[in-house]
Amino acid sequence: MVKKAIQIDEKDNVATTTGELDAGEELEVISPDGKVILKPKVSEPIPFGHKLAIRPIAKDENIVKYGEIIGVATQPIESGAWVNTHNVGSARMPTRGKEEGIL
Amino acid sequence: MTQFMGYARPDKSVGVRNHLLVLAPIDCSFEPAKKIAAQVEGAVAITQYHGCGSDSVLVHNLVGTALNPNVAAVLVLGLGCETLTVDTVADSVRPSGKPVETLVIQQEGGTLKTQEKALRILQRWAQEVAEFRPEPFPIRKLTLAVECGGSDATSGLAANPAVGVACDKLIDEGGTVIFSEPQEMIGTQHILARRAVSKQVADEIYKMIDQDEERLKAIGVDSRWMSAGNIDGGLTTIEEKSLGAIRKGGTRPIQGVLQNNWERFDHPTRHGLWLQDGTGWDVPSVTHMVAAGAQVVCFTSGQGSTTGHAIAPVIKITGNPVTYNQMEDNMDINAGTILDGSESLKSVGQRIYETVLDTCNGKKTKAEALGYKDYIVFCRSRAAEHILGHC
Repeated sequence: MVKKAIQIDEKDNVATTTGELDAGEELEVISPDGKVILKPKVSEPIPFGHKLAIRPIAKDENIVKYGEIIGVATQPIESGAWVNTHNVGSARMPTRGKEEGIL
Repeated sequence: MTQFMGYARPDKSVGVRNHLLVLAPIDCSFEPAKKIAAQVEGAVAITQYHGCGSDSVLVHNLVGTALNPNVAAVLVLGLGCETLTVDTVADSVRPSGKPVETLVIQQEGGTLKTQEKALRILQRWAQEVAEFRPEPFPIRKLTLAVECGGSDATSGLAANPAVGVACDKLIDEGGTVIFSEPQEMIGTQHILARRAVSKQVADEIYKMIDQDEERLKAIGVDSRWMSAGNIDGGLTTIEEKSLGAIRKGGTRPIQGVLQNNWERFDHPTRHGLWLQDGTGWDVPSVTHMVAAGAQVVCFTSGQGSTTGHAIAPVIKITGNPVTYNQMEDNMDINAGTILDGSESLKSVGQRIYETVLDTCNGKKTKAEALGYKDYIVFCRSRAAEHILGHC
């Protein structure tokens, strides 16, 4: 069976693998409503439970998972590439009172 | 419009079970309470293990449990010399209009005489509630609590987001959802605050989670630290780690923080998603949410859990197909079908939603069928809270 990665929220630009991936392996990215939205080229091994980009992400662009910002790209990330601390900036600690969107 | 079957209580709340509660305000009367409850169909005994005080957190939670609509009638059974008297508890429950009786072992003259009276009361109630017939009610009469425990890599990937889909659906139908475990929200204060319905609620969210960070800091734990194991497991930032837990509450606006302290014990005052101040410890966390009025619970566990509750059905969901196969006796729903793409996140969420309704309508959870009656009230050290400036 073709291995899968799950996009948890429609707004996400990363998906999470549900099995170990080898470079060159076939992969289907599944949307929250079960559609295959991408068959990316897996360019490097990616461990189980890790993230991969499901579209090209520019340097300084937000990484979005669960529909929320979980970090910032420290370098350009190609679609299908592994996403973790090697290419995503450490968490920006929330600063009280400076958030946007609070009523 | 979706409806569920329930039992109307005199205070207009709606139960999905008809438990007879034998409430021991002090552990001194808990052994007799358990023996008495074991003899009558539908009866269940609860107590607290924080000694002979009348600490308001304990009173709030015991009384909250008695007021929960899943309880049809309450027998308060005390020893006699305890600080928290049977009358204090009974007087707080009586305004609900549900039947309340009290018995005091020292006044009755020992456990055997008490037991005879208690059994006569409970036997009569058991016969009465057997005649209750459930009626259809709208979802706005339903409150669901969500909890996670024994998490693994599949929790944030499958089970929690799927439960979140069910929560969103329940809220969109007019229902109410409570989630808690503030320790697991550390690092996502800003995300949760942005979802608050008002600036005041946003401030309450910050305060609740910041205080948990302070408690951890006081014992030398830096809660924002990501371990090498977290990163090797695929979690890149603290936000990602915490979001995996809070996603089980879904994505809807946060109506407020339900306080659970010496001054206040809040119940939801309108429908929607509510955060409760509490603990990451599974059984007490569920206990507090049920004390705040939840009639049914969804509990996610990657590694598997046996947990039930004294008066509320607990539906257990795993995102790990291996766990489901190994612990099918305990786990109600396999959300692991998301992993191989055989089922979508949304369709598993729909299945969870339907199971919540089926459970309200009378389907027994696996924990219920096995007779599990977990109940623990958690209470922080008031001295420590005072030193930290929290009270």
